Amino acid sequence: MEAIVQQFFNLAIMERALPLILAGLKQTIVICLIVIPLGLAGGLALAIISLSHLRTVRWAAIVAIDFFRAIPPLVLLIFIYAGLPFAGLRPSPMTAVAIAFFLNTSSYYGEIYRAGIESVGQGQWDAARSTGLQAYQTLTYVVLPQAVRNVLPDLVSNTVEVVKLTSIASVVALPELLYSAEMARSVTFNSSTLLCCGRSCV
Amino acid sequence: MEAWSRFLDTFFNWDVIERYFPAIMKGVVVTIEIAAAVVVTGTLLGLALAIVRTFRLLAVNALIVVFVDMFRALPPLVLVLLVYFGLPNIGINLPSFAVLWLVLALVLAAFAEEIFWAGILSIPKGQWEAARSTGLGFLGTLAYIVLPQAIRLTVPPLTNRTIAITKNTALGTVIGVGEILNQATTAQSFSGNATPLMMGAIAYVILFIPVVVLGRLLETRFAWRRV
Repeated sequence: MEAIVQQFFNLAIMERALPLILAGLKQTIVICLIVIPLGLAGGLALAIISLSHLRTVRWAAIVAIDFFRAIPPLVLLIFIYAGLPFAGLRPSPMTAVAIAFFLNTSSYYGEIYRAGIESVGQGQWDAARSTGLQAYQTLTYVVLPQAVRNVLPDLVSNTVEVVKLTSIASVVALPELLYSAEMARSVTFNSSTLLCCGRSCV
Repeated sequence: MEAWSRFLDTFFNWDVIERYFPAIMKGVVVTIEIAAAVVVTGTLLGLALAIVRTFRLLAVNALIVVFVDMFRALPPLVLVLLVYFGLPNIGINLPSFAVLWLVLALVLAAFAEEIFWAGILSIPKGQWEAARSTGLGFLGTLAYIVLPQAIRLTVPPLTNRTIAITKNTALGTVIGVGEILNQATTAQSFSGNATPLMMGAIAYVILFIPVVVLGRLLETRFAWRRV
């Protein structure tokens, strides 16, 4: 028990590591602020495309969504960060994270939006169009507000997943929360820092 | 034309594919092993916890809720690193394969417990009362009446969650489990070529596309029934 407290809940070390962890927390928030709006916008676009009347367009969107849902986000991130330099592009860690998360989260958000839009009855479309609204007006003023409300719980829980997912940015050495904790751990040889980071996630 | 051949050379280099195919296949086997172990132990543990929770013992339930909430709130990568680098400090040394399996199974168990518990709660009280009044005991009611109905409801959310957690086997690369991503990044740095990464990505797509499509089918079938 003594050893566990010493190794995992060591107050002196937590105090020393706190500034690092806070800097990491800030970085985590910055990543979230970039990644979540991008994902929400991309997802909406994907959902609208996947509802297209043209079969090829619809299938292309569904294939893209399933493709990026099948690839683990960490694989996508490493592929972009370590693979693109071979093609002559050298993304910064932040760009790599933004691209990988954009591709991954927008396909998840896309599925959620699509379910929401499909949950709004066809009659709503017909009624709105018959009052003289254009298709895009129907979508923005009539269908989307109802659709988003129907899938709000899923949108929120997916957003929580995205926030948790930002921890994988540590692999490409963006100094976010987990990376700072890891660094503090290897400098202090004590695991309290990781727990400290865990708690700020909770 | 020049650019195209350079692209092929970097991402689909035949020599590299030939040389590193066995390594990637070894990674595929390891990934499948971990995934299978995680899915079986995780869902069973989750189901067991949900069943224990139906006994409504206050202290035990509080412990279960704390466990479940913690493992749902913490990112799996944090848990993997915490267990892998933290436990040796108090004298417990686990191989990296075991760490990955343990962490992912516990995370899946936490989510599965919540899903099974929601399923059990969704069965109306009348089902319990009717079953008990026919002379079935508490466990009999649970096993023959409630769980069969509850588990059917939990299939779609459980499939989605299981897919998400199985994909986390890629996190093993961080602690040196020789799964697909690990083999691919190693091969990439040995060969100085991005082809192994492409092979790894393709391996993941081949592994997971059937599962994603299956999940989609389950969802639509479920939605169709509900209407």
